[in-house]
Formats: sequence, C-alpha cells, structure tokens
Amino acid sequence: MSLVIDTEPRTGVSSTSSITLKINGSEKRISIAPWTTLLDALREHLDMTGTKKGCDHGQCGACTVLVNGKRINSCLTLAVMQEGNEIQTIEGLSKGNELHPLQEAFIEHDAFQCGYCTPGQICSAVGLMNEGKAHNASEIRELMSGNLCRCGAYTNIVDAIEEVINKEGRNA
Amino acid sequence: MNPFAYTRAYGVDTALNEKTERAHYIGGGTNLIDLMKENVMHSQLLIDVNHLPFHEIEETESGGLLLGAMMTNAETAYHPLIEERYPLLAKAILAGASPQLRNMATNGGNLMQRTRCYYFYDTATPCNKREPGSGCSAINGYNRIHAILGTSSECIATHPSDMCVALAALDATVHVSGRNGDRTIAFNDFHRLPEMHPEKDNTLESDELITGIELPEKGFKDHFTYIKIRDRQSYAFALVSVAAALELDGDTITDARIALGGVAHKPWRDQGAESLLKGKKATEENFEQVAETILANAQGYGHNTFKIELAKRAIIRALSEATENVHLS
Repeated sequence: MSLVIDTEPRTGVSSTSSITLKINGSEKRISIAPWTTLLDALREHLDMTGTKKGCDHGQCGACTVLVNGKRINSCLTLAVMQEGNEIQTIEGLSKGNELHPLQEAFIEHDAFQCGYCTPGQICSAVGLMNEGKAHNASEIRELMSGNLCRCGAYTNIVDAIEEVINKEGRNA
Repeated sequence: MNPFAYTRAYGVDTALNEKTERAHYIGGGTNLIDLMKENVMHSQLLIDVNHLPFHEIEETESGGLLLGAMMTNAETAYHPLIEERYPLLAKAILAGASPQLRNMATNGGNLMQRTRCYYFYDTATPCNKREPGSGCSAINGYNRIHAILGTSSECIATHPSDMCVALAALDATVHVSGRNGDRTIAFNDFHRLPEMHPEKDNTLESDELITGIELPEKGFKDHFTYIKIRDRQSYAFALVSVAAALELDGDTITDARIALGGVAHKPWRDQGAESLLKGKKATEENFEQVAETILANAQGYGHNTFKIELAKRAIIRALSEATENVHLS
C-alpha cells in the first residue's frame, strides 16, 4: 500500500495536497506542495514564526523543532513526511503564562543578544534534556554544537542549560 | 527545489516498483533535500522509505548484528548493543554532524550521502560528478578538503561520512533489495573510486534499496579508536579521520584494521598494509611503518598536500590510542 500525494509528471506547475500536522497538541490542516519544508509550512502556511529560518541548509540550527520529542532541523524535512508525528515548536513550550524552565533560565542568564537563534537553541536544549546524554558543561557544548549563535552568547547559553539540567537532576 | 511528486512506501515492493532513474528514496533527507535546494540534485518523485520495517537491530546467526537501514544514526550510536559491542561505530557516528542531523539521518542514507566538494555544490562551476564530462574544478582549484588517495584525472572528491569509516574497518556488509531480488555487498565494494565515472558514488543499482547493514561478530571493543581531525572541534567534516581496531595477545598484534576518512572517494582500507602488523609488537616504530605504507602512493594537489603527513601522524596516534584503549579525542 502506498499513499500517493501526487504522481503527475512535473511540468513546473505547482501541485498541492491537503495534509494534517499535529503541532503543539493541536491538529492543523494545510494545503501544501510536496516540496514545502516543515519550516516553511510552519512559517509561511501556519504563521508560526517562532521557528526561525537561518541558513536553510541544516548548518545553523535556528529552525530546530521537536518531532516525537526528538530535536531535528525543520528546514531539512518535508512537511508531508511529518504527517502523524507530534511536532513541538517554541510556541508550545510554555503553559499559558508559565514559561518552560529553559525559557526562564535563558532570561535569567541573559543567554542571547539579538535573540534570532534563541527559539532553536531552546528547542535544541529541550531535545538535549530528553536525550539525557549531557551531564556537564563540556558535554552540553558538544551536544549543542548544532546551534550557532552569531552574537556569541555561548557562555550564557551553556550556563542556562547547565542550571536546568542540574535542577531537574536533583528533582528526579 | 524543482517541483516533484511524493509517495510514501509501506512495503519494499511498492518502494522498488515506484523507483525510476529520476526518482529517489528519501530517508532523513538531510543531504538530499539540501542538494535539491542547491539545484545539484533533481527528482521527479521522492519515495519516502521511513515507514518500511527496518527500524530495529537484530542479532544474526553468525553472532553479529543487522542494523535496520531506516534507524537513525542517533538511535544506532546510543543503542546498548552498539555501545557495548561496537563502540568504534558509536564513536564514529557521534563524531559526525550535529545531534539534530543524527536524529534525522538514517543508516542507509548515511551510506548514500554525497561529497561536500565545494565545486560539486557550486552549479556555476564544472564538476564531473555533478555533470559528467564537464571537467574537475578542484584538481587545479582550491582543494584543501580533497582526496590524496585513489584519485583520478576526473575527480578528487572525498566521501564525507564518519560512520562509513568505522563500518569499513569492521568489515560490514550492506544488505540491499532490488527488483531482481536481494543481495549483499561487502562494505569495501559498496563505495567506489572515481576512475572515469565519478558520477557513480557506489555500486548500488538504480532500482536497489538498502535495507540493512550487517556487522560481523568481531567488534574490537577492547582496542579501538576513532580520531577525527577537523577545522573546528565539533560539527565539521573530517580533514583526516582514522578508525583503528586491534586485537592483541599481550603486546603482539593478532589482527589490525585501519580505515581512513577524508582522504579518498571512499573509506580507505589497505589490507596489505594492515597485514604488516600481524604478529608484530604494538610499537610506535611498527605503527610508523604501516602509516608510511598506507600513504606511499598518496598524491597531494597543493592545498591538500598537508593531509599526507597529517594522515600518517593520525594513524600512528590512533594505533597507539587503540593499543592503550584510551580515547583522547
């Protein structure tokens, strides 16, 4: 069995299909072309501009989102490939006005300057914590290497994440 | 990206039947989508193979493991059986890319990734791999990241994978399915040298699909290392990498594997050179001899000539670290 979205030979005419994406717990139905990346689907079709487009080539990490709890580069996957998966973006981390502990820590540690990489940094850090492989600053640095910060706020970013990892570790 | 159609395959037969010369299988998409955005690769149809049932690690009858082709690189590297029995593979995978990319990239896709040669990516320049017959811009161009072993007059690109360097050292086997049935390909025969056809990265037929990667029983867990030398400490491709694995009886070497990354169109093995170590003591002098032998026919192209000496030193250091089983890098 195969789900055929569009099998017409391509002639440059765009062809869209209707898909359902599960984003931050709610189902969103959108009509998109197969070549739409998840990043473009979020930003251009759903007006969810919290997820940022930096390089659009998987090199900077600004577009990091979580799919089934795992961090990925949303610029390098097609929206149609993510049907049925649980997608979480920066918009879905807080509970109402209550910020996610990593969001709190980023503010507390001044872990940004311009803020453009921040949604990707925070989603990546959530993924990092889900993975449970980083236990100290050096491991955090290595396992956050997929997120670039042009302003160079790395020191404070590592401090913010380390604080949350240490706190959660004590609570666990 | 050029417009294309998309289909999701839930069975191997469907995937194989949909495959044409102008269709591509898509796993993680981390390299393919990037190359399509760059207009380097074009597809009429993407066949999503992520729903095929190759997401597990199975024990084989011969005492090894069969890694599902659609498992991600991260799932593989952190799998308890890989950490315990094939730590060389885990270390090599974790030396590559970023956590986000390792969460997306599949094992099969890792084997299929294309070179990161700048000219391959730059559609304004000639490249025999991208456009056969157009010429190689790297040979007389800026070639700092390029190959020093097994090159041809047509192409000096390198294969970018870290995972594949470990798989070469471990003598893995690639399991593939095609319309004419299933077959296995020894890892060393999977990727090819450029010769006169650099457009062909590997020996897979156009309809074939990778379904698994088999590891033989021997995992060299007591004496191994993966050293990756690069321009920054994390999230960069190798200038030179070495997967070294030794079997020792006291301080006598009974088996040795050395695979190099970043130096050739495929993970580079020289079994003749490796056999020089068998029955010898694990000493720096013997390591120097094997390093000289492996690089004896190396050729630099100017900017990358430093890789010849770098590779020799990396081999010696890797063999020393494997002997002591210390992992400094």
